[in-house]
Amino acid sequence: MTQKTSLIEPDARTRRRNAAEKRFRAYGAVAIAIGLGFLVILLTTIIVNGRGAFQQTFLSVPVYLDPAKLDKKGDRNPEDIAKVSTFGYGPLIQAALLEQVRGLNIDTPLTDAKDMKALISASAAAEVRDVVMADASLIGRTVTFNLLASSRVDGYLKDRVSRVGVERDKNIDAVHLDLVDKLRDAGVVARSFNLSFITGADASESRPEQAGMGVAILGSLAMMAVVLVLSLPIGVAASIYLEEFAPKNRWTDLIEVNISNLAAVPSIVFGILGLAAFIQFAHLPQSAPLVGGLVLTLMTLPTIIISTRASLKSVPPSIRDAALGVGASKMQAVFHHVLPLAMPGILTGTIIGLAQALGETAPLLLIGMVGYVATNYPDGIGSAFLDPNSAMPAQIFEWAKRADPAYYERAWGGIIILLVVLLSVNLIAILLRRRFERRW
Amino acid sequence: MSPTLMALVLIALGFAGYIAGQARALASAGGDSRVLHSLPRYYGMYAAMMALVPGVVLLVLWLILQPMVIGNAAAGLIDSPDEQGLIQSDVRRVADGLDLAVAQGAISAVGAQALEADGTIRNLLAQVSAPLASDVTTEVLNAAQAYRRMDARGTLFMSIAVLAAALAGLALAWTRTDKDLRARNKVESGVRALLIIAASIATLTTLGIILSLVASTIEFFQLYSASDFFFGTTWSPSFGGGSELGVLPLLWGTLYISLIALLVAVPIGLFAAIYLSEYATPRMRSIVKPLLEVLAGIPTIVYGLFALLTVGPLLLGLFGSEGLGWMQAGTAVMTAGLVMGIMLIPFVSSLSDDIMGGVPQALRDGSYAIGATKSETIRQVVLPAALPGIVGAVLLAASRAIGETMIVVLGAGAAARLGLNPFDAMTTVTAKIVSQLTGDADFASPEALVAFALGMTLFVITLGLNVIALWIVRRYREQYE
Repeated sequence: MTQKTSLIEPDARTRRRNAAEKRFRAYGAVAIAIGLGFLVILLTTIIVNGRGAFQQTFLSVPVYLDPAKLDKKGDRNPEDIAKVSTFGYGPLIQAALLEQVRGLNIDTPLTDAKDMKALISASAAAEVRDVVMADASLIGRTVTFNLLASSRVDGYLKDRVSRVGVERDKNIDAVHLDLVDKLRDAGVVARSFNLSFITGADASESRPEQAGMGVAILGSLAMMAVVLVLSLPIGVAASIYLEEFAPKNRWTDLIEVNISNLAAVPSIVFGILGLAAFIQFAHLPQSAPLVGGLVLTLMTLPTIIISTRASLKSVPPSIRDAALGVGASKMQAVFHHVLPLAMPGILTGTIIGLAQALGETAPLLLIGMVGYVATNYPDGIGSAFLDPNSAMPAQIFEWAKRADPAYYERAWGGIIILLVVLLSVNLIAILLRRRFERRW
Repeated sequence: MSPTLMALVLIALGFAGYIAGQARALASAGGDSRVLHSLPRYYGMYAAMMALVPGVVLLVLWLILQPMVIGNAAAGLIDSPDEQGLIQSDVRRVADGLDLAVAQGAISAVGAQALEADGTIRNLLAQVSAPLASDVTTEVLNAAQAYRRMDARGTLFMSIAVLAAALAGLALAWTRTDKDLRARNKVESGVRALLIIAASIATLTTLGIILSLVASTIEFFQLYSASDFFFGTTWSPSFGGGSELGVLPLLWGTLYISLIALLVAVPIGLFAAIYLSEYATPRMRSIVKPLLEVLAGIPTIVYGLFALLTVGPLLLGLFGSEGLGWMQAGTAVMTAGLVMGIMLIPFVSSLSDDIMGGVPQALRDGSYAIGATKSETIRQVVLPAALPGIVGAVLLAASRAIGETMIVVLGAGAAARLGLNPFDAMTTVTAKIVSQLTGDADFASPEALVAFALGMTLFVITLGLNVIALWIVRRYREQYE
């Protein structure tokens, strides 16, 4: 052995080992960086792609509500006015826009009122008609409307529709886009915040500019109400039994194994169960939030039971012993002392379970909540639960499947809404925990 | 009386029972509550319970059974070779529609009884938004009228029976209540029974899953041979008949996508877990771990959209016809696998981190004492000790990957294919369950029933993985506790 060793100068082997140590540590750091990087990429993608949905292009057009077209008899009888369908309003709006283009001295090869159709959303006529129906005295006057622009115009201003792509598009031509540029300079075409994306209803495949999440949000709310009303009491009762009363025997063992396994059953299987049990067997209405809520209840119950048991377990036995010592029955000890102390934990767990259920899509596919076009608000409480509706994730899926790329923007925007809701729900859970959590 | 009204009446009876029971107990004790066996409110609860339980149980049972019994009886009036279930639902739809029409005042109750089977019914029902698919035949109308008569009679009987049961319970409680009645014990055993029922719902859910899957799977195997299903290598369902429904291409797609997902998630998750549990400061850990877990909390539809609209086109640019030419479309095994891998990172990292945290410090200290560096300790002491638990975590992640639906529905494509190219579109068991059950298919055809057989396959596989994984994790925990 001629090797010289020194504590000050590490030898080759030590250096190698130390280098290996550094490398290993770096692998870990890189892995974390990749994981967090994915999170950042995911969130940026969502925000970059989705923020467009909250902005919409509007045309401000002074429309002359021609009495000769809208109210031929001239007596402003609401029934006569109602007879004029949206087809009667379309030409009026187109003519008004053409008039405005001429008034602004904009040079364009488009000279026919029908050419303006490509710029205006198909929903504009209905919008004007609703205003007229509400106030018949407007007929004969010129009213300035803020009308939705067509989705192609909207896409052009958001760089989704390009001049190259437009060549193959039969809905709009390059001359229209020239006109849009000039109208924008003139201030007729402008983008503004699109509240109706959050509150509005879904629209047909051909008019993405009109589609909104509002009805689907109501559907999700109704489902969450069902989940909360069913899963909280059942989950808490089941946990109390298993944690405080259950004797150790085969039956309770079976229940316990069951619950831990149910928590890991794929959600689509719950969808099959819902289809077979609630729709085919019990004949509950398809696509109804009630059925969605029932399926999601079965799905969230195991999660809630597991977290409730954990918070019951964290209440120290001395509390129970003290209650029993002063003469309470076992039931009284649990309901008067243990349960109130465990309640913050139970609520936190329930809220987290609810958040999970809120984002779940797969089971909803099978009970028909996807494919249903949610264009109408429910009429009342009963119809909110029993009439077909969509739900937030189902609505996003529905939009993602549609052919028009304008719907992709809606889908990303829908995800922003969904994530904001989830974030606030989770924030409530965190705040609850911070505020009420007790360490024994 | 309508069920809602019945429920309200029952609640009112229960409330009355509560007051009366309490009053009677106090009266029997001469107003001195100290003489009573239980607190006065328990006597009240006892009376309320005695009224509510028989009433509610009867009401629920009746509501479930009556439509079945009457539906069978009414459909029995029609002598038809057709599917009995189909007729039953037709009859019920007409009957419900007529009820609705009467309720909305579109027709009088007498008029509804006197209707003839012609186009008017369909128009009438369309008016009250209960549209029918076809015109009503005389037979169906007669059966529907019979159904309505029986239904009305049944509802009357139900009201009487439920009220009688509740009142009988109340009367029984009334006669039994005196100062020596052990009311608290009775109420508590009632509550206990309620708790047991709640706990059994989890088991009932499993039972429901198994029953709904098994029944339809058996039906499917009567229409389609089991060996063709399990060993068939072609998946080409056609609703016109002559489908080939081999599960192998679907299983292969599922496993292939899961494999890629695990190849992404396991190394990243494991190294992240090692760093978090062995190197990171507590402060860093308390920030990074929840952040990583956000990845697991994001709904899968978000990942699906991310795969479809971002990762797919990105990969297509790299490996598509303009790049390496391996990829035809954005939806492919690779797309779905990569995105699923991202989703699974926290499943692996969080559980592995917990498990490594459970390895006793003494093992590490021993290793440091004989001169090992930190990484050597981790590789040669901590990881082997934690291995069973980590395997469990990976199995749980695998079961999650196999059961994942939205990412593959949106990101993996629809073509069932037995191939090796990860840039080809393939499809999975879950994606096909969705596509077979969301069409307008007849639920009795093998093409729809196959979804239940697929669901059964999926359930068995994921259940097996979970049982093994939980068993390993639990055994491992016991080892160090």
